Amino acid sequence: MKALPRIFAGVLLAAAAGAAFAEEGARLLYAPVASKFEREAMLQRGARDFANYCLTCHSAQYMRYSRLTDIGLTDEQIKDNLMFATDKIGNQMTVAMRPSDGAAWFGAAPPDLSVEARVRGRDWLYSYLLAFYRDDTTPTGWNNLVFPNVAMPHVLWNLQGIQKLVETQYDDKEKAEAAAIAAKGLALVEPALGGKYVVKTLTDDVPGTLSAGDYKSFVSDLVDYLDYVGEPAKYERINIGIVVVIFLGVLFALVYALKRSYWSDLH
Amino acid sequence: MSRLLTWIDDRFPLTKLWDEQWGRYVAPRNFNFWYYFGSLAAFVLVLQIVTGIFLAMSYKPDASKAFESIEYIMRDVSGGWFIRYLHSTGASAFFIVIYLHMFRGLLYGSFRKPRELLWIIGCFLYFALMAEAFFGYLLPWGQMSFWGAQVIVNLFSTVPYIGETLGTWIRGDYTISDVTLNRFFSLHVVAVPLLLLILVAVHLIALHEVGSNNPDGVEIKKQPKDPTTGIPLDGIYSHPYYTIKDLVGVVFFLIVFSIVLFFMPDMGGYFLESNNFIPADPLKTPEHIAPVWYFTPYYAILRAVPSFLNSQFWGVLAMAVAVLIFMFLPWLDRGAVKSIRYRGPMYKGWLAVFVVSFLVLGYLGTVPVTIWGQFTGGWADALDTKDRATWLARLLTIAYFLFFVLMPWYTARDRTKPVPERLR
Repeated sequence: MKALPRIFAGVLLAAAAGAAFAEEGARLLYAPVASKFEREAMLQRGARDFANYCLTCHSAQYMRYSRLTDIGLTDEQIKDNLMFATDKIGNQMTVAMRPSDGAAWFGAAPPDLSVEARVRGRDWLYSYLLAFYRDDTTPTGWNNLVFPNVAMPHVLWNLQGIQKLVETQYDDKEKAEAAAIAAKGLALVEPALGGKYVVKTLTDDVPGTLSAGDYKSFVSDLVDYLDYVGEPAKYERINIGIVVVIFLGVLFALVYALKRSYWSDLH
Repeated sequence: MSRLLTWIDDRFPLTKLWDEQWGRYVAPRNFNFWYYFGSLAAFVLVLQIVTGIFLAMSYKPDASKAFESIEYIMRDVSGGWFIRYLHSTGASAFFIVIYLHMFRGLLYGSFRKPRELLWIIGCFLYFALMAEAFFGYLLPWGQMSFWGAQVIVNLFSTVPYIGETLGTWIRGDYTISDVTLNRFFSLHVVAVPLLLLILVAVHLIALHEVGSNNPDGVEIKKQPKDPTTGIPLDGIYSHPYYTIKDLVGVVFFLIVFSIVLFFMPDMGGYFLESNNFIPADPLKTPEHIAPVWYFTPYYAILRAVPSFLNSQFWGVLAMAVAVLIFMFLPWLDRGAVKSIRYRGPMYKGWLAVFVVSFLVLGYLGTVPVTIWGQFTGGWADALDTKDRATWLARLLTIAYFLFFVLMPWYTARDRTKPVPERLR
């Protein structure tokens, strides 16, 4: 009967593992994770780029500017470099664009990005910002492999340059999926006419002002920053957690020894 | 101090109450791993109430402010994220603890005579906990909050004749709205917690009246008393023995709990669903609506039952019966012994079938029915649905119910082993 708890735990684990089911959609890239030592610099660059490129249309309305002292900035640095629309450091990151105007201009109001990283996940955001390509059939002239027919135009195009779509047809799904994996990058498998499958990948067409590698680190700074904005307490939480778990471990040893000593007088 | 105690005891039976309920309560000496979850459930209840009090200080039960106020708690309230994660992780932990506590009952026959009423009170506690979790899940006012509540309340609308009226009565509106949010808040922070506390008190009084069962299923009260101590031979005082042992359990639980809380509070989308970080939008139905993991076995049963006579009510009925049927266990089980240690192969086998059904149904309830694709081939055209997952869910639903329905038969015929008079 002693094995039962273990079996039970095993079954629970197996159920949890099986639950991580595959979703339809493009194969995503893994967003690089910053080491503890480069994190602060990454977040500061991300904050700068967010304020310069995103915060015109996208708000982060649950986030206060003053909170950025978390990532090693001073009030003066924040005021001088990041606040374009307000002068009060305690204000939230709002935008002047009304959602109704956004909807009229783009077809959909630009979403608030406060908790976007918690909705989409880091890998999705990273892949999304690398997945824009030129498409003359859409109203903006841009399309996205990760978010097909997205209303957002590629606002970072002069940094990344222009990508174009490459479509390859395969006879069956297995071959198409194998090719998508072999592409080792963003790839989307879609059913095509006549029972065939098409694999969509991207290729560089016109170079941008940043090299491919620099653009990727630009995007990963931004994703890291959005991840931080999604949960500003995240790193504090992890740091406290380590201390708490160590403390509880010591407490457990003590309480267990106490229990042994109390129970020792029972036959 | 002792003079103060005497003063109180002359006016209120404080010492008497403590001694009866815990201090001089005699429990079997052989409690194992499975016996931690009762005290852990009490611990988590206190945790939820205390964190809930602090959350309610900053939360706003208003459809236009609720989502925002949660983010306010997560960002601007000092330690707010910690309190909120304690509460959200605590909700899932509560169900894990309660499911293991109930499973203990199935293992050792803790629902058998003379503990029938104790078990039924426990079932009521479980139902109240489900209501509490359901009401609470609407409060963050995210997409899953909204649509989950929409789906659950719509279940009541399938009741013949009175359904529509019933649904409107629960919501207070024709759709989930600010009115619904306000009343769910009231039920979540006042009504159901009050009910839970009362039921816990009743549960404990009943337990301390009939005495605890144990892994051997031996009634220690029927044993001769130890001549020196005057308590049953295999009994020990709860205090200090189980006080200190339960404390070990609490600290161990806190370690596991803290690992989840501090390092993975979302638990990969199971404790906090990513869709719930999108504010509720009545005009945008999410592609895949799934309840939180602790309801998914019943949700899978609901989806598995086909509609009949143009009504979805049968699925709702099956789901309700699947929950309520636990109450009848004391009378369904006709076995000669209580504990699995002395049960025969039939009970062990059926219990295994039940556990597997419950877990796999729980998994199926979290994923779309199309997860494993469709049956192909001409024979499949005769089926009402070709989804493979639905057919497995149907099979497991039947297995789930057979565990209960066949119980009088297989427990009575099982080859049980003789139960010793003393604990092992």
